[in-house]
Amino acid sequence: MSNLEKYDEVFMTNFQVSREQLPVLTYQSVSVWDSVGHMGLVASMEESFGIMMDPEDIIGFSSYEEGKRILENYDISV
Amino acid sequence: MANSRLLDKKVCLITGSARGIGKAIASRFAEEGAIVYANARIAGSIDDWAKECSDKNETQVIPVYFDVTDYVTVKQVIMQINREQQHLDVLVNNAGVVSYELLGMIQPDNLRNMFEVNVVAMIQLIQLASRLMSRQKRGSIINISSIVGVNGVKGQLAYSATKGAVVSLTKSAAKELAPQNIRVNAIAPGMIGTERLSAVLEKNFSERISDIGLGRLGKPEEIANACLFLGSDLSEYISGQILGVDGCTVL
Ligand SMILES: NC(=O)c1ccc[n+]([C@@H]2O[C@H](COP(=O)([O-])OP(=O)(O)OC[C@H]3O[C@@H](n4cnc5c(N)ncnc54)[C@H](OP(=O)(O)O)[C@@H]3O)[C@@H](O)[C@H]2O)c1
Repeated sequence: MSNLEKYDEVFMTNFQVSREQLPVLTYQSVSVWDSVGHMGLVASMEESFGIMMDPEDIIGFSSYEEGKRILENYDISV
Repeated sequence: MANSRLLDKKVCLITGSARGIGKAIASRFAEEGAIVYANARIAGSIDDWAKECSDKNETQVIPVYFDVTDYVTVKQVIMQINREQQHLDVLVNNAGVVSYELLGMIQPDNLRNMFEVNVVAMIQLIQLASRLMSRQKRGSIINISSIVGVNGVKGQLAYSATKGAVVSLTKSAAKELAPQNIRVNAIAPGMIGTERLSAVLEKNFSERISDIGLGRLGKPEEIANACLFLGSDLSEYISGQILGVDGCTVL
């Protein structure tokens, strides 16, 4: 599985959304991506990519696209 | 060895386990079959003890050296545990610093340092450990508070403030982490006869002992037994509690 596939998979399983919805997905744009959903997303991201994110990155992870940039801080290119 | 041990193969991280109460907790957990990540500060200082303890109990006691206020290293250790064991079952936040100062003599630097170790570092450890625990939807976190954090005491305002913070952060973390099936409890020890405390008490021992209903100091092993209960499945339905282990002390 490519990094992009893994990344998409985390969003799709956590938020029950389709791949087509992903590019425009931002924090709180869907009801499931609230603060609790956010911590669930972070936990799955960390598990999938074998990383632990710093609090500033957890806070900064504000959209599907922004998340890709944040993962670069952990040497993961999506 | 019988596998009916209470913490058989449970992965546990215990901070401040070079001596005193932390060491007693690490030993007790190993006796009950836990895989213990025992934290100390001075590199190499507990290697021999860890090996002895592993052999005696037919388990693994793995020393991990870090200062709890060093966030980067703490994170590396949590990731190490994840790499080596794929999960974490129990975190015991025991490392702590104590001070005895009358209100007018509290020094700001001491105060800040005490909050860094006793509170800020504890919160960061809970943040990191709970994220591992949330993956398996299971875990137990035990924070060491103190009777003075619950009741207050003369001459230890600063220390008691940090331990009071441990009480409230325990209750809040328990609420926040309950949906993840992570339990968070605190132990509030009374006067426990570690070498450190015995030295402090030498001067006014008879005056303080009269405060203790059971008429004697507690033993580090007695705190360890309470930790064992909270770490094991015996306490599966208990979270957000502050368990006094103080021999009925009245301050
Ligand atoms: N003894 C009592 O009567 C009593 C009563 C109520 C609550 N408590 C609490 O119980 C806990 C253990 O106390 P104790 O009596 O066993 O004290 P202790 O003998 O002084 O042991 C404290 C341990 O914490 C470690 N530690 C301190 N600062 C640290 C840091 N920044 N990073 C990592 N480790 C650090 C120490 O490491 P080093 O060995 O490297 O110094 C030591 O191993 C503390 O939280 C204390 O507040 C104790």
